[in-house]
Amino acid sequence: MRPAFGILLLAAAAAVTLLASPLIGVEPIPLVTLLDPRGTEPAAVILWQIRLPRVLAAFVAGAGLAAGGAAFQAVFRNPLATPYTLGVASGAACGVALVSRFGIGLAAAHLPLNTLAALAGAFVAVATVWSLTRLRPQASSTVLLLAGVAMTFLFSSLILFLQYTSSLGSSYRIVRWLMGGLAAVDLTALGHMLPFVLAGLVALAWNVRELDLLATGSDLAASRGVDVVRTRDVIFFATSLMVGGIVAACGPIGFVGMMAPHICRLLVGAEHRRLLPASMLFGGAFLAACDTVARLVISPAELPVGVITSFLGAPFFLWLLLRRSGPGEV
Amino acid sequence: MRPPALAVEGLRVVYGGREVLHGVDLEVPPGQLLAVVGPNGAGKSTLMRALTGLVPAAAGRVTVDGRPLARLSRRELARSVGYVPQADGRSLPFSVRSFVEMGRYPHLGRWGSLQAADLEAVGWALEVTGTAHLSDRALDTLSGGERQLVSIAAALAQGASTLLLDEPTSFLDYRHQVEVGALLERLHVEPGLTIVTVSHDLNTSLAAADAVLALREGRVAFHGPPRDILEPATLEAIYDVELRLATWPGCDLPLVLPRTGGR
Repeated sequence: MRPAFGILLLAAAAAVTLLASPLIGVEPIPLVTLLDPRGTEPAAVILWQIRLPRVLAAFVAGAGLAAGGAAFQAVFRNPLATPYTLGVASGAACGVALVSRFGIGLAAAHLPLNTLAALAGAFVAVATVWSLTRLRPQASSTVLLLAGVAMTFLFSSLILFLQYTSSLGSSYRIVRWLMGGLAAVDLTALGHMLPFVLAGLVALAWNVRELDLLATGSDLAASRGVDVVRTRDVIFFATSLMVGGIVAACGPIGFVGMMAPHICRLLVGAEHRRLLPASMLFGGAFLAACDTVARLVISPAELPVGVITSFLGAPFFLWLLLRRSGPGEV
Repeated sequence: MRPPALAVEGLRVVYGGREVLHGVDLEVPPGQLLAVVGPNGAGKSTLMRALTGLVPAAAGRVTVDGRPLARLSRRELARSVGYVPQADGRSLPFSVRSFVEMGRYPHLGRWGSLQAADLEAVGWALEVTGTAHLSDRALDTLSGGERQLVSIAAALAQGASTLLLDEPTSFLDYRHQVEVGALLERLHVEPGLTIVTVSHDLNTSLAAADAVLALREGRVAFHGPPRDILEPATLEAIYDVELRLATWPGCDLPLVLPRTGGR
C-alpha cells in the first residue's frame, strides 16, 4: 500500500470515529441537537458537555500514547519498548495508591491530588531508568528494558502492600483507578492533559529526523551527525511527561502505545514523518472507539476502557504477528 | 599544502574500564587508502570508533583535516568523516532509499525536504555503489552483500571526504568481497576519497592499499608501505602464528598463507 493512501485511510477512519462516537450511546441524540451547542435539554447537555469532551479526551490520550510508543520503540530499537514497559504507568499508579492510602485528609485542599501523585510517580520511574542510562552509558537497550520491567515489579509490590493495608474503600479506589477509564474525564481533565500531550508531540515532531536515525542504532546515528545523548534525553523526558500526563488523567490504559505503531508501520512504513501522524490517528481513533464500546457493552453501566483496549487489542495483535512472516517487520 | 585528512597523536582510549589503545600515532594524508590490520582484540575497531568520535580519547589528540576532533560538533564531523560500522545483522525497518537519504542528515535543516544537492548526492551514492536498482526494496530483504553496499552508499551520501570502514568484507561471499574491494578502489581514484579500512584478509586489503597500519595489543606494530609488512618475521610478530608467503604470477605482492593441518 502506498504510504500516502495509508495516512488518508487512517485520517478518514479517525474522522468517522470522532463524528460518530458522540452520537452513539444509551441516550439517543436527536440530530437537531447538533445545531444547538448551548441547548439546555438533556440530549444537548449529554452530547455537548459529557460525550464530546470525553470522546476528545479519548482521542487525545490515544494519540499521545501511540506517538509515545512509536518514539520509545525507535529510541530503544525494541518493539516491546513503550513508556509503560519502562515503568511510567506503574510509577504513576503507585503514586495514586499512596495518595489513596494516606492522603485522604489532603483531598480537601482542592488540588487535583491524584493527578499530581500520578505525575510524581511517573517521574520517579523515568528518572530511575534515565539515571541508569547515565551510570552505564554502554548499557544496551535490553538492559534498560529489563530495568524498566524490574521497576514495574517493584512498584507493583508497593501497590499490593498499600492495597492490602488500606481500608476497603481506598482499596477499591486504587483498583478502580488501575483499570483505567474515561468516565470521569471532563473538560477540566482534558485541559490538564492537553499541555503535556502538546509539549510531547512538539518535542517528537522537532526530532522527527533524529528518530529515524536513532532507529538505525545509536552509533550510526552519531556518525551521521546526531547528538545522540541530548536527543535521547529530550525524547525520553518529553515522551514520559506526555504519557505521565495522560495516565494521570485517564489511568493506565494498556496496549494502545505498543500496538498502534506496529500496525501503522505496516500501513505507512517506519519513517517517523509518516509513522508519528499515522500512529496518532490510529491510536486516537482506536481509543475513542474502544471508549464508545465501553459505554455500551454492559449499559447502563460502563466498563473501564482499559478492559476493552486489551480485550480487543491483544487477539488482533497476535493475529497480526502470526499472519506476517514476510519482510518489513520491526 | 593540505593538512592530513586524519592525524592521531598519542591516542589512548579506555573502554569498559580497560585501556584498549596505549598511545597510537598515525597520519593519513588526503587521498590515501590505508589498510588497518591486526589480530582480534588489537584495538582496530576502537581506533575507528575514536576517529569518528564514538569513544572519547582518554589522552592524546585527533585532528580531522587539520581541525581538532574534540572541537567539532557531531554534524561538522559527519560532513568530513563517513563511517561504515561492522555489519550487526540487526533488522532495519527502512527502504534502501530512505536509509541512504538519512545520510544527508548533517546537511539538512530541521524542517523541509531534500534539496537538489541532497538528491544528487543520494543518486550518486546509489549509482556508484551499484545499488540504484534496489532503492525501493526494504533493507531487510537484501542479502548481506547488497546490504553492505547500501551501508557504504549511506555513508557516501554524507558527502564526506574521508571514509572509515570496519571490516567491510567480513561475512561476504567472494563475489561481494570483490565488489566491495573494487568499489573502494574506484572511490579512491574518483572522487579521490581518503579511505581507512579494517580487514582480516591481508591478501586483498594490501593489494589496493597505499599504506598499512598493523595494531597489536593496542599499539602500532607496523606502519608503512604494504610490501614491507610482508616478511615472515614481521607478520609472525603481529599475528603470533606461523605464516607462509607465496608468490603467484601476476600478483605484485606475495600472498600470505596460514600453515594449516600440517599439510
